[in-house]
Amino acid sequence: MSPAEENAVRSSARNGWLLSAPALIVLALAASGPLLIVVWYSFLTANDTGGIIREFSLEGWKGIFLTYDIFEEKYALADAHLTIFWRSVWLSLTTTLLAFAIGFPTAWFIATRPAQQRAMWLFLITIPFWTNLLIRTFAINEVIRNEGILNTVLLMLGVIDAPLQINYTEGAVLIGMTYVYLPLMVLPLYATIERFDMRLLEAAYDLYASRWTTLRRVILPIVKPGIIAGSILVFVPSLGAYVTPRILGGGKKMMIGNFIELQFLQGKNWPLGAALSVLLLLIVMAALLVYVRVANRDRSQGHG
Amino acid sequence: MAERGFEISRLPGFATVAVAAFVILYLPIVTLVVFSFNDSNSVATWGGLSLHWYADAWDNADVKAATMRSLIIGVSAAFLSTILATLAALGTTRRREFRGQTFIYVMINQPLMVPEIVTAVALLIFFGIIKVATGYQGLGYLIAAHTAFCIPFAYLPIRARLESMDLALETAAADLYASPWQTFRRVTLPLLAPGIMAGAMLAFVISLDDVVITEFVKSGGQDTLPTYMLGQLRRAFTPEVNAISTMLLGVTVVLLTAFFLLTRNKD
Repeated sequence: MSPAEENAVRSSARNGWLLSAPALIVLALAASGPLLIVVWYSFLTANDTGGIIREFSLEGWKGIFLTYDIFEEKYALADAHLTIFWRSVWLSLTTTLLAFAIGFPTAWFIATRPAQQRAMWLFLITIPFWTNLLIRTFAINEVIRNEGILNTVLLMLGVIDAPLQINYTEGAVLIGMTYVYLPLMVLPLYATIERFDMRLLEAAYDLYASRWTTLRRVILPIVKPGIIAGSILVFVPSLGAYVTPRILGGGKKMMIGNFIELQFLQGKNWPLGAALSVLLLLIVMAALLVYVRVANRDRSQGHG
Repeated sequence: MAERGFEISRLPGFATVAVAAFVILYLPIVTLVVFSFNDSNSVATWGGLSLHWYADAWDNADVKAATMRSLIIGVSAAFLSTILATLAALGTTRRREFRGQTFIYVMINQPLMVPEIVTAVALLIFFGIIKVATGYQGLGYLIAAHTAFCIPFAYLPIRARLESMDLALETAAADLYASPWQTFRRVTLPLLAPGIMAGAMLAFVISLDDVVITEFVKSGGQDTLPTYMLGQLRRAFTPEVNAISTMLLGVTVVLLTAFFLLTRNKD
């Protein structure tokens, strides 16, 4: 490279940084930077009045799994906390599975429409995708609550005698999360299925594969990157969900997000809340890393 | 040939599930909209068509104040984040890959990856410290927080537009002795305008919809429409919330339709 070219490259890189700098500064101040303060707070001492004392302590982190019994003067496993973690994990996993079970046929259906119709079906998925999560949670709440549409119709038809109590159960949170996160599964699945070469199906059927074998041995392996992307996109927000479990689960069926809120807004224990936030962040980062690795491996193998 | 390909891609039961999925997606939203026009107090029985709940919402001073606040924050955040995102998109596209570019991508997309509740907690603590230190309690915190998480949403359509633009036009302008600024002002910017508009709309919709971060960052008496609605849920549920939801829904659908028309248009 000639010195002039080298200079051009260097000034291009410098301009790249200069143009990006204002956005980076705002993001560092109002998004990324404050995350470090959360890590710091997780190692401080809780104040009885609902704040912190700037003294190092591991109580916040211990508090995730243990509670201190002041009478017996020893630590015991915090069953209530473990229940919340377990609920968060299994509800998120089940939401992901349900979203896949409904989302895969939906994405396949859209991708196999004639080209002119596809944009319309896609738009129908995109509208709920961008619609306020709170409004969609209200909407599903209108359907499943005791005086809601579902119970009213079932009562009128005489199928049931008393309203089904769906709200404030784990089932309600599951229905709600599947409902609000379904578009997040359909969109990446559609993107991979759209590129799927339908001639492969012809080949499979010519070789006497049944529809089931074709689905399992041909379609699913090829659209795997889309399945992983959709699953991560559903699992991650489910795990950190706050609005949906709050409205549909009430105070009884809390998830990690609500538990974190409890530590802060109700002013109970800031270091514990901070430790929980860091833990949630670590789990989500681990899930995203798995996604990046799988996506890269698939790309280097030449799929897609 | 097309006919046969269509046949062969049919999987049994898939169309049924798909149609059911669309019904399930839209039924609750349609119900909510329909019942916002219900005259009856009950959300389950139909008492005739009425704008009663819209009138209630309109007369409610809290709703008016929350709407104003949502608009001020949304417009400010969309404006600021779009400027920042446009600069960043110009900085990270159409030039030779430079050291640290991946870092910039990660930073810009970070709000999409970190769970909202974690960012909300982080900002609660950080802005809390600043509030004590400076005594300033205004809307600035909410605008700063919204601007930050709107940046990736504004950035994506602008970057997509830049990448699909023809460099030759700018080279031609430079050949005709346009200064770099003239080239940018007269060629790049007009070509980029649909991307910028799309980014700004997306940012506005995202800001208008935010609940979690706003709930944690707001000071007393700084409810936006979504946090006001969330607060209403603790009390008796009235169809007034349905009316507000329907209006928000209307704004979202109009902006999204405009967004699609803007981004689809490949002139």
